Amino acid sequence: MSVSVSVQNVSKRYRLGELGRQTFVADWKRKLLGREEPEDEPGTFWALRDLSFEAPQGQALAIIGRNGAGKSTLLKVLSSITAPTKGVVKLRGRVASLLEVGSGFHQDLTGRDNVFLNGAILGMKHFEIAARFDEIVGFSETGEFIDTPVKHYSSGMRGRLAFAVAAYLEAEILIVDEVLAVGDVEFQDRCLGKMDSVSRHGRTVLFVSHHAATIEKLCTRGIVLSHGKLEFDGSQLEALRFYTDKHLSAETCLRDRTDRTGSGEVRLAEIELRNLKGERIASLPSGEGLEVWLHYEAAHGSTLPRINCDLHITNVFGSALVTQSNSFGDHRLANPPRRGVIVCQIASLPLTEGLYRLKVTLFPSDRFTVIYDEMANAAEFRVVQTDFFGGGKGPLPVLGDGPFLLRGGWRIEEASQTAPAESRNSPLP
Amino acid sequence: MPALERMSPTPDEPWDKIITPRHGIFLVPLRELWHYRDLIVLLAKRNITTQYKQMVLGPAWFVIQPLLATFVFSFIFGRLAGLGTEHIPHYLFYMSGIIFFNFFSECVNKIAGTFLRNATLFSKVYFPRLAVPCGQAITNLASFGVQFIAFLIGLAYYLAKMRFFPDALHPVHLHPNLYILCLPLLLIQLSLFGIGAGLIVASLTTRYRDLQMAVPFAVQVCMFASSVVFPLSKIKGASYVSLLKLNPLVPVVEAFRFAFLGEGDVTRFDLLTSFVSSLAIFLIGLVIFSRVEQTVSDTL
Repeated sequence: MSVSVSVQNVSKRYRLGELGRQTFVADWKRKLLGREEPEDEPGTFWALRDLSFEAPQGQALAIIGRNGAGKSTLLKVLSSITAPTKGVVKLRGRVASLLEVGSGFHQDLTGRDNVFLNGAILGMKHFEIAARFDEIVGFSETGEFIDTPVKHYSSGMRGRLAFAVAAYLEAEILIVDEVLAVGDVEFQDRCLGKMDSVSRHGRTVLFVSHHAATIEKLCTRGIVLSHGKLEFDGSQLEALRFYTDKHLSAETCLRDRTDRTGSGEVRLAEIELRNLKGERIASLPSGEGLEVWLHYEAAHGSTLPRINCDLHITNVFGSALVTQSNSFGDHRLANPPRRGVIVCQIASLPLTEGLYRLKVTLFPSDRFTVIYDEMANAAEFRVVQTDFFGGGKGPLPVLGDGPFLLRGGWRIEEASQTAPAESRNSPLP
Repeated sequence: MPALERMSPTPDEPWDKIITPRHGIFLVPLRELWHYRDLIVLLAKRNITTQYKQMVLGPAWFVIQPLLATFVFSFIFGRLAGLGTEHIPHYLFYMSGIIFFNFFSECVNKIAGTFLRNATLFSKVYFPRLAVPCGQAITNLASFGVQFIAFLIGLAYYLAKMRFFPDALHPVHLHPNLYILCLPLLLIQLSLFGIGAGLIVASLTTRYRDLQMAVPFAVQVCMFASSVVFPLSKIKGASYVSLLKLNPLVPVVEAFRFAFLGEGDVTRFDLLTSFVSSLAIFLIGLVIFSRVEQTVSDTL
């Protein structure tokens, strides 16, 4: 089997900060003097560093890594949106990248016009789109709205139509970046099915996702990126294990994170996940208990605040699944020290297999309008499948089942002829 | 890390695409552009259909705008300033200048925004970026065509008047001649100039946004530093005339007036120099543009 994607020693450097008069002057000075740009100039950083890998034709390859590990940059280089700073990428066959599909839609054009325009943007010929037009409309379920301007569409409809156009593109290499965030669960499932069949038909798929279950199902190989470097290369299961074990537990310090909001009077410094035996973990079996250790620091000079803490468990797209807070029950966190640890114990976490995130909010218990510190992706952890129900079966999120595992009993009874009917028909008192 | 399995590509199957750091100077992806020709046509259509969406008069604006400009110019420059238009009716004189200037200014102003207006699209999908300016140029040609017809209708009216009322109060002298066959050449030259200037500005604005402010003004100056609003014969001093002729727009307008109206101040040498400078601007634009497009999503 031949190689369809070959990445050789690819590096990509970005400039930090704003482009202003100074960078302008410095650039031209250097150009006029004929000097090379220095390797590690201050104010630049390497999003990709000397990355090499190859993907044979027909392989579905998952690219795994934390936010900022270089995944998106890699996809941008592969889809020629931006040129690498160093290195070579060689591709065999047509490339279709589904990086946030539908950005080519024009609000004033009808769905039909947009299908043709978007198809052409993706490199399809007019006759190719015309030949698949009915399939595209069918897949996207836009039906009778196809001759309505896209601005009147719901965002879900727009996303579905855009994905459908891209999915029916006859490309040998498909680059996919979390497109499954669009549409409802049922549509996501069909997208997955479509992509699965794509890779089965000898096309190469490069897939960036945080969805562990999706990766396991769809991909056969996984590479892990960290700080722009290739850290692991192996089967998708090994890659996921490597990522969750090494990675999620390693980086728990939150002091340098800037993706936070709040007054900063109290700040999260570190977050640890432990099991009920007190061991630090990055993944836990379904149904097991969990302790979240939140280290915080109060700013100097502030009056010692009274803290409340909300802990949201979210999916990888940031939608909250369940919220725990000390303010719910009678759990006053009285007399907090200036530097301390808030420990939240969850007796049992009945979640299905997959990656989850923690969103933490610290706020004063006496003022509701103020937030001390809030961080959406404070930690990421993985839940590993167990035989929760004891019968070897359980809900499958990939098939659209929900994320929770509920203990429950089932029975069957003969319908009593009178009682429910009577109560339904009885007039209100 | 497990050893990377080496798979050497079979020699008979060449790579379809090789992505390297910024490539050579004269590498314009013409083959790729040809592959995307359907996109160019669709973009041109989109420009036309979306421009006049939700307007009562709709595409009529293609003609109304130059007609209004002609009216204003003939009032200000013809009547108030008394610059006159020699023996040519005001309508034909100003209209002939305006339709060319419109084509030029639309090329520069619209193409200049290529990167800034499509920033999000360009950062998500790859296609040869030149498709956008190409589509825009086709749109501009179409609107030029419509405005040109409006000009021809006026020309027919005045020719008929000249024929049937030769003794009118204001005698009209019009001598359309065989040089009208050169119209395509004039359009090609002006396209090269307009597209080239647009490409240069588009590429430079990605880093130096100052140009966004300067360009519409510069284009406006181009109109006054040309024979769009007054005949060259009204300018005193030969050095000023030759200075004005450095503007590639001037010989085009003059040649057009000479061909269709029979009066225009242009030599073959003027046309040649302006063609060469237009071609040079176009090539420079093409080179800068295809250099910038490779990393544009990093600077936007």
